Amino acid sequence: MGIFILRRVGVMILTALCLTFVVFYLTNLYPALEKLAKTQGNQRMSDEAVLSYLERNGHLQPLLVKYGQWLGVVPGYVHENPETGAVTARCATRGMDPAEAPRFCGLLQGDWGFSTVFKDDVSAIIAIRLGLTGKLMFWVLVVMVPSALIVGVLAGMREGSRLDRSLSTFSIASTATPEYVSGVILITLLASSAGWKIFKGTATSAADNATLENFLLPVLTISLYGVGYIARMTRASMTEVMTAQYIRTARLKGVSFRNVVLKHALRNALIAPFTVIMLQFPWLLNGVVIVETLFNYKGFGWVLVQAAGNNDISLLLACSVVAVVVVLVTQLISDIGYVFLNPRIQLS
Amino acid sequence: MDPLTWTGSLSVLDPIFLLAWIALGIAVVAQIVTTFLAAEDIVEHEVSATTRKLADYAVLGVKIVAGLILLLILLYVVGGILMPTLEAKGIVGTVSTRLLPVWIALLATFAASIVFKRRLGLYGKLFDSMVGMIGFAIVMFWVFTAIFGAMDLIVTHDPLAQVSGMKNKVPGTALPDVEGAYPYYLLGGDNLARDVFSRVVKGAWEVVKVAPFATLFAFMVGITLGLPAAYFGGRLDTILSFVSNLILAFPVILLFYLLVTPEIVQTGIPVYMAAVLFIFPIIFLVILINSRFHVQPVKRTVYLAITLVLGLWIYSGVAWNADPLGLIEFPPNLLVVFVSVVFVNSPTVFRIVRGIALDIKTRDYVAAGQTRGESPWYIMLWEILPNARGPLIVDFCLRIGYTTILLGTLGFFGLGLSPESPDWGSTINDGRKLLSIFPHPALAPAFSLMSLVLGLNLLADGLREESLRD
Repeated sequence: MGIFILRRVGVMILTALCLTFVVFYLTNLYPALEKLAKTQGNQRMSDEAVLSYLERNGHLQPLLVKYGQWLGVVPGYVHENPETGAVTARCATRGMDPAEAPRFCGLLQGDWGFSTVFKDDVSAIIAIRLGLTGKLMFWVLVVMVPSALIVGVLAGMREGSRLDRSLSTFSIASTATPEYVSGVILITLLASSAGWKIFKGTATSAADNATLENFLLPVLTISLYGVGYIARMTRASMTEVMTAQYIRTARLKGVSFRNVVLKHALRNALIAPFTVIMLQFPWLLNGVVIVETLFNYKGFGWVLVQAAGNNDISLLLACSVVAVVVVLVTQLISDIGYVFLNPRIQLS
Repeated sequence: MDPLTWTGSLSVLDPIFLLAWIALGIAVVAQIVTTFLAAEDIVEHEVSATTRKLADYAVLGVKIVAGLILLLILLYVVGGILMPTLEAKGIVGTVSTRLLPVWIALLATFAASIVFKRRLGLYGKLFDSMVGMIGFAIVMFWVFTAIFGAMDLIVTHDPLAQVSGMKNKVPGTALPDVEGAYPYYLLGGDNLARDVFSRVVKGAWEVVKVAPFATLFAFMVGITLGLPAAYFGGRLDTILSFVSNLILAFPVILLFYLLVTPEIVQTGIPVYMAAVLFIFPIIFLVILINSRFHVQPVKRTVYLAITLVLGLWIYSGVAWNADPLGLIEFPPNLLVVFVSVVFVNSPTVFRIVRGIALDIKTRDYVAAGQTRGESPWYIMLWEILPNARGPLIVDFCLRIGYTTILLGTLGFFGLGLSPESPDWGSTINDGRKLLSIFPHPALAPAFSLMSLVLGLNLLADGLREESLRD
């Protein structure tokens, strides 16, 4: 078990390195840097001004060196302007004397860089925004997981029954409705002058004070898309378990149907959905970005859109690190949890 | 001129229609409750006749009311077509009249398919399953709408033309001055005073021309890489699986933002990606033909020559935009969208193909092929792949739906396509800013997208059911 986890963690770190390098490469292509310089300076900057801006901020070094600096394994650049003698250094961007700045400042030293859009430390931005998204995610899970499991178990309990067919239709409809469609429909029905105006169409105020009025619609929008998929997986695994020999034996022994479902079938039927729910996280992340944009809720997804739209390199890298870690950790948890739930599987 | 009403002269039916929907709601709830109770009763071995009877009545009620609603919808559509003037037709009637070519094509398709269904293999079997038929009908509705829309048969206005005074007008509003133009905006005007109905119809074409082909390319890539990964295993499998997991670990939206920006397009990366991804179909076809006909050199040479000439011609036009004959062009911004969608989809297809192939590889007929001395590629493409077709066809349908959703996502974030493009995602994005005041510009494309994806999912469900029945 220990070796398995170690190996998985090793693969995880390798994956994270590869992915961040890809992001790094794409954000450090010259046209992207030029856009960054122009949004930081002004739109009609001359080519020389762009070059000197990039030179001053260390963007013109070789890619691998820059990546090393961001990671914190290569000393941060120190650039001296040959004419004015002004010194800029990577580790001294915030009013610090370049001479006193530490040599290394990267991810390993806990320095995530400085956001060019929000003019703030990336780590601070990410921490606040992740907290807000965490709140959203928590409520999404609270709504989504139990309802999906109930729908799936009820549908899979008796395959082919009318209940099964109506619930399966619901699941299909829910997987066919992406967030930007269900969000639009929900807002129109419940938060516009054309429908009932009982909820709010924006969730900006939910950041400080989440109430049913401003938070229900975003939570519902994300949950709706995910419910169908988890419910279908639960249904498939439930129908499979219900046809197993031991369930038949239990029924023949005279155990009541309710007890068969609740005591014999449920535990085994919930192994597969556990994995599915864990693997839903990357997908939820997508939903979060769409819903936060639609409802203007300023969480992690909103920051990601801002960072990507403005080529804010440090912030974008931090976002991708967080996203990748979330994806990989949930994968790891799903694998380990699968083993714990299903003793028949041995890790070798 | 007065604005059009929704149902025109048929508005006498409106109260019945409303009542029918309310009745349906009640009946469905009653059905769920009573069947649940009935199921519990059987379980407890106390079969109470009354609850079971109630359940049966509830089901009967749902069927009757649903039938009534369908009949009324049919009346609205057919009656609308038959009404003489636009005012008498109402919005529903006028829209259904505009869609007349689609109805005819749909009826023809269904009639022909049902008559010949015994000779049509899996496609014919689709018409045995109600779910599959409904799904197929919805999908074909949008396909025909898209095709006829692209031929300018259905649209009432130019989807880009702005008519002053029509900004955010409700459905059925009459144009201020009629100079040969169509006198009404059937589904209203959007925030730039363009006709929503025409934009939705044109938007269908944007989806139909990209989604199936992008999915097909993703399948070619996934199959060409997934089969050898499963069959040979070893280091090849490890490397390919690592790369596919790498792409899957990327949040899709971040990837889109990184790939589909004008700055990245400037660097030419999408073109290189297209060059790599689009070569896979050619590789796939060449190996497919070669492994089958390598014992018949004449046939092989002819087939290979045809494939290569055609394939490379299309390839040079599509991927490099350098068609020597100048016939094939691919707009650069569409290429980026296409490439990124293929790129996102192919790892999942790779995984599915690999999983199925790992399972099929252990079958006896594969061992028999190996004993006969067949080449590995023959076994993969002519023994394993045909036997994996069931799940792959089902996944293909589902994946077109997913690709539609992805295209919508791209449009929603304003990535890739031109800002004026009538595709559904962009239109939803345009409409969402004023959603709480004028919902109709965003609602029409939202419902369209939902129904198309729903149709594809139902179609996949029907296909799964029928292919399992074999």
